[in-house]
Amino acid sequence: MRTLTHFSGIGAPLPGSNIDTDQILPKQFLKVVERTGLARALFYDQRFDENGAAKPGFVLNTAPYDKACILVTGENFACGSSREHAVWALIDFGIRCVIAPSFSEIFYSNSFNNGLLPIALPLDTSRQLLRESHSEQPTFTVDLPAQTVTSPSGAVFGFTIDSNRKRRLMLGLDEIASTLERIAEIEAFERQLDRPSRYVPEGVAS
Amino acid sequence: MAVVLRRASIVWTTAYQAFHADKNRGGERGTRGFLITFMPTLYDKIWNSHRVFSDEDVDVLYVDLHLIHEVTSPQAFAGLRSAGRRLRRPDRVLAVADHNVPTAGQIQGLSGVADPESRHQLQLLKQNVSEAGIKVSFEMGDVRNGIVHVVGPEQGFTQPGMIIVCGDSHTSTHGAFGALAYGIGTSEVEHVFATQSIRQRKSLNMRVLFEGIPCVGVGPKDYILALIAKIGTSGGSGFVLEYGGSAIESLSMEGRMTICNMTIECGARAGLIAPDSTTLRYLKGKPAAPRDAAWEDAKASWPRLASDSDARFDREIALDVTTVQPMVTWGTSPEDVVGISGTIPDPKMCDKPEKRLQLERAIHYMGLSAGSPIEGVPIDRVFIGSCTNGRIEDLRAAASVVKGRHAASGIRAMVVPGSGMVKAQAEREGLNRIFSDAGFLWREPGCSMCLAMNADRLEAGERCASTSNRNFEGRQGRGGRTHLMSPVMAAAAAIEGKIVDVRNILS
Repeated sequence: MRTLTHFSGIGAPLPGSNIDTDQILPKQFLKVVERTGLARALFYDQRFDENGAAKPGFVLNTAPYDKACILVTGENFACGSSREHAVWALIDFGIRCVIAPSFSEIFYSNSFNNGLLPIALPLDTSRQLLRESHSEQPTFTVDLPAQTVTSPSGAVFGFTIDSNRKRRLMLGLDEIASTLERIAEIEAFERQLDRPSRYVPEGVAS
Repeated sequence: MAVVLRRASIVWTTAYQAFHADKNRGGERGTRGFLITFMPTLYDKIWNSHRVFSDEDVDVLYVDLHLIHEVTSPQAFAGLRSAGRRLRRPDRVLAVADHNVPTAGQIQGLSGVADPESRHQLQLLKQNVSEAGIKVSFEMGDVRNGIVHVVGPEQGFTQPGMIIVCGDSHTSTHGAFGALAYGIGTSEVEHVFATQSIRQRKSLNMRVLFEGIPCVGVGPKDYILALIAKIGTSGGSGFVLEYGGSAIESLSMEGRMTICNMTIECGARAGLIAPDSTTLRYLKGKPAAPRDAAWEDAKASWPRLASDSDARFDREIALDVTTVQPMVTWGTSPEDVVGISGTIPDPKMCDKPEKRLQLERAIHYMGLSAGSPIEGVPIDRVFIGSCTNGRIEDLRAAASVVKGRHAASGIRAMVVPGSGMVKAQAEREGLNRIFSDAGFLWREPGCSMCLAMNADRLEAGERCASTSNRNFEGRQGRGGRTHLMSPVMAAAAAIEGKIVDVRNILS
């Protein structure tokens, strides 16, 4: 997994709440068996017409947002289906960070497992950043070690992230490897689980 | 029809039972149990009995049952292989083929799957299952196969006190049995493959009480849609919901599964219902359920999972079902829902700009107008099925409305049983004939038009009365318009050719 610390880039505005993963990655692309190659699938039904031609009105088809690495969006982003393909498509397109007032829980976890940083900011702040992403030079800067986002106008906002996830993003750590380091404890747990056991109800003499 | 599983290969002691056994023996793990500091909820009890260790703010929980299907597992198997890891507990995996399968001609096997990508995914599942040594795998055409959230319970794999995960958001369904069950991403599927555990931060706990006696024609689908109407699609974010109250206690397991299934549509991690005599009656004798002495043990331990009487919840909500109407979604989010006497909202009345934008867009997409009634909206298609409403009771309910009637002219209605077992049972009861006589298509089991990964899908502009769980843009086919409702409401819509109040038919 790629490490993530500091980066600057174009932030694309995607207003509206409850943007679901069916919109982010329509079901026809769920038939892939790999994690890569989904850049074109991102928001496909909104980005492309029935013949596969790019729709000029959609933000990610429009310069400078076609080179966006940050998405600024609304509440409960990526609700619905658990499909991790939504995260894979965002990453494949070049998105490294999504800023929203809130996220669906499964998407939030999926993001960290793929090196994508979801930043939850208060509604008013998110609205300001959404407005600023319409500016002529919509360049945002993310500093993960300092836990700040700098807007195009130079305003700096702090964000929270738990230490475990922050470290994993910064070091590109594999979560499975971390758990496997303590596999002996899982084995011990399983030994108790798998042995033949006869449960004796409390208060009943056996 | 006899369905026998090779039980010898499966160890289905749950962590919860082992935890209790230890406590009674005065075992080491029993000393750091949940009884120490506060009166625990059902959620606390399952959580504490599955915690293997903690890593800072994360708990590593043991997974009793891992459900997999063809769509979200291939990349996890590939990841496992490329890291040189092995599937740790193939005996704790149940594999089914459901998302992609065609709903006709399943007897032909994979060669009968017309779409090459779907066929490849199904083939890959078969190969991965075989290479990993997974013993319990139901293939397309097997009577035991079907939608993963229908199969797990009806085969008795889903049991109270378990932690169950699956790369599918509707895994919350299994919470109806008092199992902590939730959807995970593919990276987490890989984590469970490698470690038989899941890293999790504990959620807050919300109790939702449904009280009262509903009017005829109103049921669990309406209850859960009424809850979503009340708290919104993110109202459950950060919470695990525990349902209770007289209206839940009187529900069948099928009804409880409908409620827990759609818990994810309000953003909650999982839904839970305490196991009771209804749960025990449902599970007794199911192929993978405990037998003999093990059954007696389970029967004694499961009821104790219930939240303690003075357990503390972070939030409580109560809904009176006596006033709930048959519910219908009008828009493109499950929270865009009204009672059958309701109207499409006017975005101008909404003071939040983001929500106003969403309403305007939804009204435009759905081809409706603000302020107009939902009743009377003409439809083109009807879909009865899915992990929400594809069980035998759902089909019985729909058939009770359809019996002796016929679908309106021009309506294409389709019934897709949730599993081969549901299909067989419905056919024994003659439900298939009721539907066929009424002009409905009687299909073979699978996820089908809930998410339209197979050939069952809406054309652009088509409007569908659907018993599924999501009315998102394009969910049932690009440009398709979905109205979510209960099985009886969908059946009534088919008969009348428009959205109607089923109570007028039933009375």
